[in-house]
Amino acid sequence: MIGRMVTWIDDRLGSTHFVNHALRKAFPDHWSFMLGEINMYSFIILVATGTFLAFFFDPNAAHTIYNGPYSLLDGTSVSHAYDSALKLSFEVNGGLLMRQVHHWTALIFVAGIIMHMGRIFFTGAFRKPREINWIIGIFLLMLAMFAGFTGYSMPDDLMSGTGLRIAVSILLSVPVIGAWAAVLLAGGVFPNPAVVLPRLFVVHVFVLPAAIAGLMALHLVVIWRQKHTQFPGPGRTERNVIGSPLYPKYMMKSLSLFAAILTVVFALGALVQINPVWIWGPYEPWQVISPAQPDWYVGWLEGALRLGPPVALHFFGHVIPSPFWMAVALPGLLFLLLLFWPWLEATVRNDRDYHNLLELPRQVPIRTAIGVAIFVFCLGLTLAGSSDVQARYVHIPITDITRFYQLFCLIAPIAAFWVTFAFCVELRARHGVSEAPRIRLRRNAEGGFDEEPVA
Amino acid sequence: MIKDRTILFCLLLTMVGAVLFVVSYALGGDRLYEGLSLALAAAGLCGAFVGWAFWILPAEQVVDERSFVYAPSGRSAQDDTNASGRSAQDDRHIDAAGRAADAGTASITRNTLLTRMLYAALGFFGIAMVVPLRSLGPALGDSAWHTKWRKGMRLQREDGSFVRASDLNVNSVVTVFPEGDLGDAQAQTVLIRVPSLLSPTAEGFVAYSKVCTHAGCPVALYRAAAKQLMCPCHQSVFDVLDNGRVVSGPADHALPRLPIEVGADGYLRATGDFPSPVGPGFWERSS
Repeated sequence: MIGRMVTWIDDRLGSTHFVNHALRKAFPDHWSFMLGEINMYSFIILVATGTFLAFFFDPNAAHTIYNGPYSLLDGTSVSHAYDSALKLSFEVNGGLLMRQVHHWTALIFVAGIIMHMGRIFFTGAFRKPREINWIIGIFLLMLAMFAGFTGYSMPDDLMSGTGLRIAVSILLSVPVIGAWAAVLLAGGVFPNPAVVLPRLFVVHVFVLPAAIAGLMALHLVVIWRQKHTQFPGPGRTERNVIGSPLYPKYMMKSLSLFAAILTVVFALGALVQINPVWIWGPYEPWQVISPAQPDWYVGWLEGALRLGPPVALHFFGHVIPSPFWMAVALPGLLFLLLLFWPWLEATVRNDRDYHNLLELPRQVPIRTAIGVAIFVFCLGLTLAGSSDVQARYVHIPITDITRFYQLFCLIAPIAAFWVTFAFCVELRARHGVSEAPRIRLRRNAEGGFDEEPVA
Repeated sequence: MIKDRTILFCLLLTMVGAVLFVVSYALGGDRLYEGLSLALAAAGLCGAFVGWAFWILPAEQVVDERSFVYAPSGRSAQDDTNASGRSAQDDRHIDAAGRAADAGTASITRNTLLTRMLYAALGFFGIAMVVPLRSLGPALGDSAWHTKWRKGMRLQREDGSFVRASDLNVNSVVTVFPEGDLGDAQAQTVLIRVPSLLSPTAEGFVAYSKVCTHAGCPVALYRAAAKQLMCPCHQSVFDVLDNGRVVSGPADHALPRLPIEVGADGYLRATGDFPSPVGPGFWERSS
């Protein structure tokens, strides 16, 4: 039966040779190569659960009277957006489960991207010829964070409205175009829900998923074309890649990862409450919640805003307000550093060669140390993003906690850099520089490649 | 065989989880039980896939040569084909002559108890994933069988006025709705006054559902000379004098006729709902 279908298709597409070849594609067996797949499967779950939610959510800022089973808000005047968020949570069978699974999966999505990026960074997998996928990956990270934020902002609850207000304030702080852009995008210097909510819906439901799906497809096409990197090992060279065949072995491993993610997000959706918008209440511009923290991947920006110096730059009758430094300039520089890292490193190391064999983190102490320092810096910012929650639990004044994180973000990255560097140097000395015979590939006049041993 | 049994057990868990989900969904839907049953189903699949990958599939390794980085001018792997149709850099199997690969493929395609259970479990899981779409709307209920017409309701025009017997001349046509449900799509009715000589009812008033029994368009055209209603969409023609019988066109059953009377106060009133479901046919419609 299946065989006859395959023959039928092959008669019409002539695809058997290609498919046979593709099915035998080698996938390296190291576990860290599956981190990226977490994101592919998370995205699939997000699209599926998001589609379900979109059937019920109404991004309409006009007010209505909530009447429903959540008695504390019964009879309250709320926006249709908030009303439909409550209705799909309490009155649609499966709605609350889907909402919580959607939110949890979004958190895992961004976390998976960052873990995947860590694998790429710390093993040097971004080096030539894989700079393209590195850049696509950075953009996917930004899109995923933006998708998370727009989704978080849509239900028009008190948390999301406050987050939106802060986001527009950050937009306002941008030199030259800030105020103009804020009015254009948010319908005013104060976000106007009637303008913002429908736009958030279009961006979150149409634009961002399409962009993410497109870039993800491109990401996969490029990795398919370039084939995977691999760790050094017996039989593994710059010119081959060894691993399990895509079909059937790797497919089974990959599907088990998919099922594992499904297990985790459904269990979380069932057991662990997330973003209970009925507790936050509807957004009113004059109300706010304390303590409050954003979703974890926005924590570093929130923390940066909390730690930032109260410095505004005045010149020629203009001003660059303080949010700009911490919420625009700092993340902007960080992303620029990441985007250009492959070229930065190639220049510093004077290395224009092709690299298909990975480096272990200890083999490049300086890169590993810089990566860990950036990680610790962002960790400090992220922790500062929930300083008010911590203050409530540890009973230390919030100003002291802020001071602590300011010092942490200045000192800890430097300390982390030196500790990591010393660790890597020590490990490298114990294990030898490299376990694999090293060769260098040089392009020759015919366009082919010559191998030469590296001294 | 303990390995096979473990995988079978996992697949059974998937089926149980899927069934539990459908049950908890049908019982009204508690987030906790719905989520946990789906988690159980997914966990079963996860266990089965892991077992399959590490116990059943051979631990084979394939070696891919990197064709593109080293090829002279960007030829792709699938271009590198020789006359036999095999790839020039065909995958070389480290294992014995690729037999492990065949064994691995066979373990998924061959019709064993395990593969049948795998497909069944995937089917159960897939059905469980589709079931929540039921949340999109209310149940069919009796909504398809009844309209809002009830005994004693007056006939209300689009402009809100009520129809009196004295209002209509012979050959007049007017669209009416049940009293208080102006604009109700399902209850829309066309009221016609035919010459009382020909009429099956006193004073010549006849009322029919305005929803065509073919594809649901409004039966908006009245041919006064022939005493026929015609649907402009697909040209079904119904006989006004003969209980809405289909005269020509693709409609397969008659237009339902609304029972009406002239009340003591001179207003036209319904004496009940349509005797049969209005509009196009559907599976459960028995007549």
